[in-house]
Amino acid sequence: MADPVKSIVTPIRLEYDYTPGRATSRFLRGIARHCILGQECPKCHKVYVPPRGSCPACAVPTEREVEVRDTGTVVTFSIIRVPSENIHFELPYAAISVLLDGAGIPFFHVVQDIPLDQVRMGLRVRARWVATEALAPTIASIECFVPSGEPDAPWESFREHS
Amino acid sequence: MAELCGIVGIGQTKLAAKRVDVSMPGLVREAADRALTDAGLDWRDIDAVVVGKAPDTFEGCMLPELYLADALGAPGKPLLRVHTAGSVGGSTAIVAASLIQAGIHDRVLTVAYEKQSESNAMWGLSISAPFGVAVVAGAGGFFAPLVRGYMRRSGAPDDVGIRVAVKDRLNALRNPYAHLHLADINYQMVEQSPMLWDPIRLLEACPSSDGACAMVLAREKLAKDAPTRPAWVHATAMRSEPTMFAGRDAINPEAGKQAARDLYAKAGITDPRREIDCAEIYVPFSWFEPMWMENLGFAPEGSGWRMTVEGATALDGDLPVNMSGGVLSSNPIGASGMLRFAEAAMQVRGQAGEHQIAGARRALGHAYGGGSQYFSMWIVGSEKP
Repeated sequence: MADPVKSIVTPIRLEYDYTPGRATSRFLRGIARHCILGQECPKCHKVYVPPRGSCPACAVPTEREVEVRDTGTVVTFSIIRVPSENIHFELPYAAISVLLDGAGIPFFHVVQDIPLDQVRMGLRVRARWVATEALAPTIASIECFVPSGEPDAPWESFREHS
Repeated sequence: MAELCGIVGIGQTKLAAKRVDVSMPGLVREAADRALTDAGLDWRDIDAVVVGKAPDTFEGCMLPELYLADALGAPGKPLLRVHTAGSVGGSTAIVAASLIQAGIHDRVLTVAYEKQSESNAMWGLSISAPFGVAVVAGAGGFFAPLVRGYMRRSGAPDDVGIRVAVKDRLNALRNPYAHLHLADINYQMVEQSPMLWDPIRLLEACPSSDGACAMVLAREKLAKDAPTRPAWVHATAMRSEPTMFAGRDAINPEAGKQAARDLYAKAGITDPRREIDCAEIYVPFSWFEPMWMENLGFAPEGSGWRMTVEGATALDGDLPVNMSGGVLSSNPIGASGMLRFAEAAMQVRGQAGEHQIAGARRALGHAYGGGSQYFSMWIVGSEKP
């Protein structure tokens, strides 16, 4: 009897259309003109970047638009040494949780132009944008973050975000 | 609650990297058959089936509950699927228990599984949303920054994660079903294993496993005549919260704290560390033991790591944690929560063999999922509540 078939490879492929909604649309259009837009919660006054149109903590819509700076603080990080096929940074890289100045919530990105063993909580960074002619309504318009050269932010200033 | 719920049958498969000897239906059938055998029951005795697994994108099998309906003996019966990311094995058991407690069914079969060898969980978990950058490589990439935050805020010694990893893997050597049996596991071996998602090392992370777990739950009248004494459900609790919101404490999430408070209140527990005999909790990365000790109220905030360092969570400690070897030793994702719940039940039934805690009367089973946003937990006891 022939060897039993124990497994076969059956690839699947998925492609989706994505409707970002009003808040994220404005955020993405802002990115395309070198501008990072958040939305402030009318109750807790924290600024969501990227905005989602509401504050889940207060259960209210966020309407007031706020421009935040493209500088910020690394609130926590990990040096990633594991490959994943949908991630395009060369290994190893520093995944950071970055709190932009003026924002009330951090998001994930990477920091480059710094030896990996010097990446640290409190490191001050700024966005490195793609060339102006390449700006597009996608977060990929921010290539990465790089050290800004400012002194580190004190732990107390970002403790609640790490 | 209107009805008491007893756990009368428990079954699990050998947990392994690859079970190419069985298909997905074969895998769930194996666990379910064992649970029925343990309960002294037949498929005809089951009124409803509740199944759980992680997202369909992992194995690429859309709506697996449809595909598995016949293997689970579901034709002609209600079949439900529960879906709460990594906590799903726990919440699936709770949904099944609630069908008994509500008086809707007499006996319910609940099954959870994952066949990671057929899946690409790393891809499924490295989400690339159009408004974000894909930098988080799998679950480890998401949780490593939280572990770093915990280390900083607690001031814990750097090697707490190593100690947890050694403890859980030593426990796994006593559990014939565990995936990883590393006979020569020791501190240096974990310490010298490669850094994957700094500060998480290879041996501080869970493996990828194939496996299934099943339980038969029954109402009081039927449970009390079971061939092996049942474990009684004393309390269940579930909570969720968004992955991201301003002011969220992702290291010590409010949803987990609320679920634990609710659970203890329902079970009449005021001092969990003293009143619970052992706990099987969801620790896919070793540092989550001290983090969840705090979240579950076993230790004051910032001091969960002391329980690990002082040996309180060891098999001979005052609160043994992850007697089975835990998620660190076996991680069939969808089944992992149910395995925690089942281990708690096995302990109070006296069925845990070499990893039995002598005289365990009340045990906690716990699971979490998503970005630490879903929590499910139960307390089971050897006596009726």
